[in-house]
Formats: sequence, C-alpha cells, structure tokens
Amino acid sequence: MAKQKKNSKKSKPKKSAKATKAGKAGKSAKDVLVTVGTRKGLFVLRSNAKRKKWALTGPHFLGNIVYHAVLDPRDHKTLMVASSAGHLGPTVFRSTDMGKTWKESERPPAYPKAGKGETGRVLNHVFWLTPGHASEKDVWYAGVSPQGLFRTSDGGKTWDEVKGFNDHKDRVKWTGGDQDQTPDGGKLHSVIVDPRDKNHLYLGMSAGGVCESTDRGETWKTLNKGLERTFQADDPDVGHDPHCIAIHPENPDRLYMQNHCGIYRIDRPSDTWVRIGKSMPKKIGDIGFPVTVHPRDPETAWVFPMDGTEVWPRTSIEGKPAVYRTSNGGKSWDRQDKGLPREQAWFTVKRQAMAADACDAVGVYFGTTSGEVWTSNNEGKSWSCIAAHLPHIYAIEAATR
Amino acid sequence: MKVSIPSALHSYTSKKSEASASGKTLAEVMQDLDRQFPGMRFRIIDEQDQIRPHIKIFVNREQVRGLDVALKATDEIAIVQAFSGG
Repeated sequence: MAKQKKNSKKSKPKKSAKATKAGKAGKSAKDVLVTVGTRKGLFVLRSNAKRKKWALTGPHFLGNIVYHAVLDPRDHKTLMVASSAGHLGPTVFRSTDMGKTWKESERPPAYPKAGKGETGRVLNHVFWLTPGHASEKDVWYAGVSPQGLFRTSDGGKTWDEVKGFNDHKDRVKWTGGDQDQTPDGGKLHSVIVDPRDKNHLYLGMSAGGVCESTDRGETWKTLNKGLERTFQADDPDVGHDPHCIAIHPENPDRLYMQNHCGIYRIDRPSDTWVRIGKSMPKKIGDIGFPVTVHPRDPETAWVFPMDGTEVWPRTSIEGKPAVYRTSNGGKSWDRQDKGLPREQAWFTVKRQAMAADACDAVGVYFGTTSGEVWTSNNEGKSWSCIAAHLPHIYAIEAATR
Repeated sequence: MKVSIPSALHSYTSKKSEASASGKTLAEVMQDLDRQFPGMRFRIIDEQDQIRPHIKIFVNREQVRGLDVALKATDEIAIVQAFSGG
C-alpha cells in the first residue's frame, strides 16, 4: 500500500479574527480543527476554543483531489480522507496521528466485477465519508460517484458494498443511470446515521433524491414527498436533486436540506418536506449547495445562497457574498455578511464546504472554490478570512476536541 | 521482467521508477505488482479489469489495450500515465 510521507509544513497563522464579546468559547472544547479538502490536497487549520488565531498546516497529498476529510468524533484521532490523483483510481487513506503518517485502504470501495457479457459499474471517486454510529466504532460509510454506498467495519481497511442500496431495483430510475449525471459525475452524499439508532440511515443523491433505511441498509424507501422538481415527471420519485442534507444532532427528528429547488425542513415522523426557503428575501432566493446546523439549537441553521438564475452562475448573488441564518426553523432568515467583501466577490461554495463547530458561541466556516476559508466565531455575526490562496476547496469539516 | 513505473505511482514503490515482476500474461504481472506494492493495481486497472482512461501500458514499446496479453520473461513493460487537465 502507498505510504504518504509526513508533511507538516507550517504556514504563518493568517490574520486572526477579531475578539468579540460573544465568544465565551468552548466551555469544554480545547482545540478546534478544520479540515480543508481541496482539488490539490488536504490542509488543516487549528485553533484553540477562542478561535482568534489559526495555524495552517499541509498540504497532505499534494496534487491529489481530496473530496472529503473527516475526523472521527468517536475517538477524536482517526482522520479519514477520500482521495484520487489525476487519472489514477480512487482510494481512501486514514491517519491516527493527525496526518504524520497515512495508511491506504487495503481494499478501497469498488463495484463488483461484472459477469461475462454484462456491463459492470466503475467507481470514479469516493465523494462522502460518514462515521458510523457511536456504538460501532470501526464503522464508516462512503458515498461514491457514480451513486453508490459502501461501508467499512474495520476502520477503513476494507470496504464492502451496501448491496441493499447498490442493487436496489429502482436505483437507476432514481438517478437516471450512471451516464446521465452532473458534469463531474453523480454523487451519493449526506450519508446520515441517526444518533439514536444505528439501523436508521438517510442518504441524498445528486441527482436521485432522498432515501431512508431502517434496517442498516438492507432495504430502502424514498423520502421525497414535498420536494419540488424542475421537471414534473409522472413518477414522483424521478427528477430529484437534494444538494445537501443535515440532521440535527440533539433533535434527530429534524433535518434540513438545501435542494436544487430550494431550502427544506422535515420533522419526522412526517414524511413530507416543507419548503422553508420561501421566507428568504425574494431577490436572494433559496438556491445553493450547503446547509449546516447549530450543534445544540434545532431552530438554527445556515445556508450560503447562490445565483440560480438563467444559466445558474452558482456564485454569490450580485458578487456580494452573504450567509443566511434562520433561528426559528426557517420562518425567517437573517443576512450575515459583516466582514465579507462588499462587492465583486463571486464566491462559489460547494455542498461539503460549510460546517459548524460545537463551541459556545458556535463557529461557522465555509470554503470557496477560489481557495479562501472564512470563519465566524460568533455564530455568523461577523466573518474573517483565515486562509487564502489555497486550491479550489471541495470540503470543510470542523471538529472540536 | 522489467516494468517502468510512472512517477504518480512512486509512493507505492519507495520512489523507484522501475520494478521487476513476473507472469505469463499482463494480468499476472499486474497481480504480481499488486502483491509487491499493495493497492497499486486498482489505481491503474478498474474493477472491471479495464485499463483506466489516460493510463497506457506498453509492451516492448507497443501499446496494449487489455490484460490478456501473453508475455515472455524478456519483455519490457512501461506503464504511462498522462498528466492532463488543470
């Protein structure tokens, strides 16, 4: 297996965020770690609970696309990375020493070899990583492109298909097939494990819709009711495109979604999504990629609206980037742009590139395709750029430990 | 037989640009390389046993397109990976 050598070049900390009165930060958290997956490698930002000064390290895997990098919240030391390099096949790396050394998966996610005369699926990249339930410490899930679901039960050494999903008779109907996808391939994303129940899973497919399993992936049913579609096919489960889904950790009956067709919320056991993006300002609309939730308050979530007019520029609207926050479950939204550029800033923020930490006050983070990481250590009231000139950012995750 | 390894795979070979492998077919040589350098095969051959796009394999400087090529111990193999895109 490939071994990646240590690469811990330290950059001088970027200009720090200004101190705020709101930041009675992190009663219990000692450190905040932000992983930044980019088109050219992995970077890590670290700070203490005050989050005033940041240190940037990396790159790890220079030249490799890092689609997602996640620190295991169960042990606070295992870092799992979904990667591919140039034209080489996809793989997964893990580190238990914060990136000093890496081990490659001995059997990374791969579709089964087709029988003679059949056409088999080819996995292009691992797109999404989700740690398993707290009671299953070596379990992780991987969402891949083209849309498929894999699971490891040995901490990432070997990965197996979740056949109940990958072989589902309706998978091709939901996704439109492997050849009918977004320019860089269809994605299976937002793999969610209900913190109350290891058997209860959700996932999103872009394109393909939302699915739910209550038997650890053996069987699946769609969860698309209430979602709008750009084309109303006769089949109610065809034509869906959820961009990102987030479950609330302390009220797991509540999920938020940024969809191709707006911002939604669902409160289980209801099976119907409600479009809460209609309460966004009309000139902003409710198109975007990411959504992230407050770690304690189920009423609070953040989105980064993007221009979804005509040809879908997918940039900040009118070149004036802003985060929008709801603190009442989507009844209303507040614009949060203090510290962000006032004009001519055409940010694009991808679906994995926004996150919140667990500090008090909550830190919110987003990364842009132009290589900037922005953070707020006061729940979005003001923003600072803590890293610039990085490669195109694919994914941001924030962890406290 | 000698196998030339592209730089993108040097993380598997401790930076060596050449390896020695054995087998009666290219498929067997690829298995032998994977035995010596675990994980390498999947980076260049997909799960359907197809050579990945933008990866080329040459036997005695002639491109081959599948793994069912018969080989002799004196053959020389070159694995080439394109660097393209931004």
